[in-house]
Amino acid sequence: MVKDQEFLEKKASYCLGLAKKLGATDSSVVVKNSVSETVNFRNSKLDESNRSDNLGISITTYIGKKKSSISSSNLLNDNLNILIEKCVETTKNTPEDEFNSLPDKDLLAKEVRDLDLYDDSHIANDQKIDYLKKLEAAASNDKKIVNTESSFTQNKSNFVLANSEGFCDGYKTSSFTASSVTVAKNEKSMERDYEYSSKCFLKDLDDAEKLGNLAANQTIRKLNPKKIGSEKIAIIFDKRIAKGILSTFASAISSSAISRGTSFLKDKINQKIFSDKINVFDKPDMLKGLGSRNFDSEGVKTDTLKLVDKGILKHYLIDTYNGKKLNLKSNGRCGGTSNLYFENGNTCFKDLLNSDSKSLYITETIGHGNNIVTGDYSVGATGFLVENGEFKYPINEITIAGNFKDMFQNITLANDLEFKYATNSPTMLIEGMVVAGK
Amino acid sequence: MSNFFKKSDLSRKEAESIISDTLRKCDDGELYLENSKSESILLDDNKIKNSNYNSDLGFGFRAISDEVVAYSHSNEISKNSLKQSSENLKSTLKSAKGTYNHEIPKSNKKYYDNINPIEQKSLNEKIRILNDVNDYLRSKGDKVKQVTANFLGEQKSVEIIRCGGETLSDVRPLIRFNVSVMLEKNGRKETGVYGVGGRQSYDSYLKDENWKSVCDEALRIASVNLESKPAPAGEMKVVLGPGWPAILIHEAVGHGLEGDFNRKKTSAFHNLMGQKVASEGVTIIDDGTIDNRRGSLTIDDEGTPTEKTVLIENGILKNFMQDRLNARLMKTRSTGSGRRENYRHIVLPRMRNTMMLSGKQTKEEMIKAVDKGIFAVSFGGGQVDITSGKFVFNCTEAYEIVNGKIGSPIKGATLIGDGPSILKEVSMVGNDMMMDPGIGTCGKAGQGVPVGVAQPSILIDKMTVGGTKL
Repeated sequence: MVKDQEFLEKKASYCLGLAKKLGATDSSVVVKNSVSETVNFRNSKLDESNRSDNLGISITTYIGKKKSSISSSNLLNDNLNILIEKCVETTKNTPEDEFNSLPDKDLLAKEVRDLDLYDDSHIANDQKIDYLKKLEAAASNDKKIVNTESSFTQNKSNFVLANSEGFCDGYKTSSFTASSVTVAKNEKSMERDYEYSSKCFLKDLDDAEKLGNLAANQTIRKLNPKKIGSEKIAIIFDKRIAKGILSTFASAISSSAISRGTSFLKDKINQKIFSDKINVFDKPDMLKGLGSRNFDSEGVKTDTLKLVDKGILKHYLIDTYNGKKLNLKSNGRCGGTSNLYFENGNTCFKDLLNSDSKSLYITETIGHGNNIVTGDYSVGATGFLVENGEFKYPINEITIAGNFKDMFQNITLANDLEFKYATNSPTMLIEGMVVAGK
Repeated sequence: MSNFFKKSDLSRKEAESIISDTLRKCDDGELYLENSKSESILLDDNKIKNSNYNSDLGFGFRAISDEVVAYSHSNEISKNSLKQSSENLKSTLKSAKGTYNHEIPKSNKKYYDNINPIEQKSLNEKIRILNDVNDYLRSKGDKVKQVTANFLGEQKSVEIIRCGGETLSDVRPLIRFNVSVMLEKNGRKETGVYGVGGRQSYDSYLKDENWKSVCDEALRIASVNLESKPAPAGEMKVVLGPGWPAILIHEAVGHGLEGDFNRKKTSAFHNLMGQKVASEGVTIIDDGTIDNRRGSLTIDDEGTPTEKTVLIENGILKNFMQDRLNARLMKTRSTGSGRRENYRHIVLPRMRNTMMLSGKQTKEEMIKAVDKGIFAVSFGGGQVDITSGKFVFNCTEAYEIVNGKIGSPIKGATLIGDGPSILKEVSMVGNDMMMDPGIGTCGKAGQGVPVGVAQPSILIDKMTVGGTKL
């Protein structure tokens, strides 16, 4: 069982009290507990069971404008006494930074709504096994599938965030996640792909057979890939890759990248950075949302933000420290975005495939080729060649490259948005990228 | 050394009896105890942004029956908590009927000293060096727009208690010092990153103002990139410099030679044992026994002493890297490659220091042999799809080669290749093998572990360069 609010609050207030006694002028503390249980299957047999019980505490102490922090997994008071003493001592020896402070009191979240983020139901390992048996049966139905690895995880978490301004709140969250990774093989090639479902509520999780079938089909269709020549071409990003482009956008508008001057979107506020039709939202109060929250990691209230309006950048993602540096108020984005998404475009998926007589549909990228300082983008990719709206054959061992400044201006979105992750995008078309192959 | 039972209601004797009772009918397993202390001090944007200290304590209890692994971990080292874990393991492995394998090799060798690097240098002195780094780099001219530097230090004590009470332990120091600098010229911004580290005290790397050479290298890379032009797109010849570019070896063949993927036959290498997978002259080893290196370990996280494992010898595939589980199922022995990020994670076969050994040619000969291609000197990270064998890595410093001569610097680009065939495209192996500076972290199944790489300069006849210039 995950620890209750009372236990976490008691630990938090003990730490705040001790920090004050030892000379901290301000302090904040987060106490967290998460318990997760996982069962893994491989080739229709039990492979691994894993139970994990994680306790953690992190404390930040301030003395005027000096700041330092500690964290630990050992919550015994004996240990906390030593650590907090060390933290206060380190704080004294750390140079001042004029922007260090707790959040402005009037920005702290006052009411905490129930966003339906916790499901009390418990799925025992035997029931997880039943689900995985069905999933693996579906996934291994086709003889071309030579290996299946599937997993079911139940996670229950609870936390309390408290600070010396009197803020003290927290809530439970839950998640149920099933995934399947399959390997398909024939004489010529061996390929891997996956499917995945994660929900706050057990009853909302995808059907096991559906998940297994999707994983298998997505893998089999990748067999016998070809390498194509280098050329300028339109790229269509599958939803699971398109969301990554949105995440890169989010890191480029974080107030820390902006205040440090290390983002290609610095000084672009109120300027047109996307094509006219693009709107981007960050909506923290979605019921059962995978990224939903009542306040950010500093306790600041979070409102829905329309980050991009008709292509124009309207907000940075601001926390207290970098906000003060930029002379802006925190908008509750310490720790990043919540439920971030591109609003649907007005093209259906089929028409998007038909936009160009020839394009590449990308289902997976590898490598860390996003440079948010310059906006340069270059990653390895696998996918399919699309001609006249039809998937022709699978492609691999290619790279795709461009610069986000141009790519953002050339985005067309389909109307097939769904909320499968915390960050979501409809299928995305970008004209004029460069493919390197043969 | 940590005494894990000192402040617990659980005595060592009681723990041993719970362990033996749980593992009696299993094939393998152990209680893994870990206590780590780590610090991070960050200078950024002219200020000390962060000083953080972390202390982590916990255990992971593992039981294995045939192919099935049961694992349970907790932060609380107590009688209750260990008993609960034991119940969890037993319920998964109800029908276990194995014989516990008590055999574990022994060695007295140690590859680093029992020190706590965090305590060896005062906070004030670390802050002073970071400020000196900032001042030094910012004195290099107006084009320096941002400087980030940080210290990361750690001491990790581990103890492994096996069925019957056999105990193995290790204390592992680790440090890293990184510098990143951003330059701006005519509205164009570029960064350069460099770092050093390993399993010694901070001073082993930074004394005598050695930190200046780290700053100079970061600054040099950033300056080169300020002048870079768009990278070419397409297949061409690639010369890799010595040292850190060996992450090519790590991604292209290293992961594919880890035991688990080959037991499961999901690696592109699983049916190539004894066959030619690389050009003649290519020898690759994975070595956990080099003194003070980032990827070295006295014992692995199952208690097996590490070793120098020959993976590819003169082009022929010789060995996979094994932990105890995969070794048993593949009827071979552990190579001391069983590693985990910490007590929260299960053991997997992992790399340590992966190295391609020197050949006879010189870098100059390689460059001369290229009509049109690139010379890649420094890299960011890489990634591999072990099933299809396709891998990538990102250049952070590279030049074009035209008619046997090094030309202009080119922008960062991703290079992509095919693991099982890339080493057959190696046509020259240099005589200048070099270790990386000690900064690598390898990710697998959500677990990061410190690793090292090394290689001489090599010439690859055909690789796809992911630039934008057609």
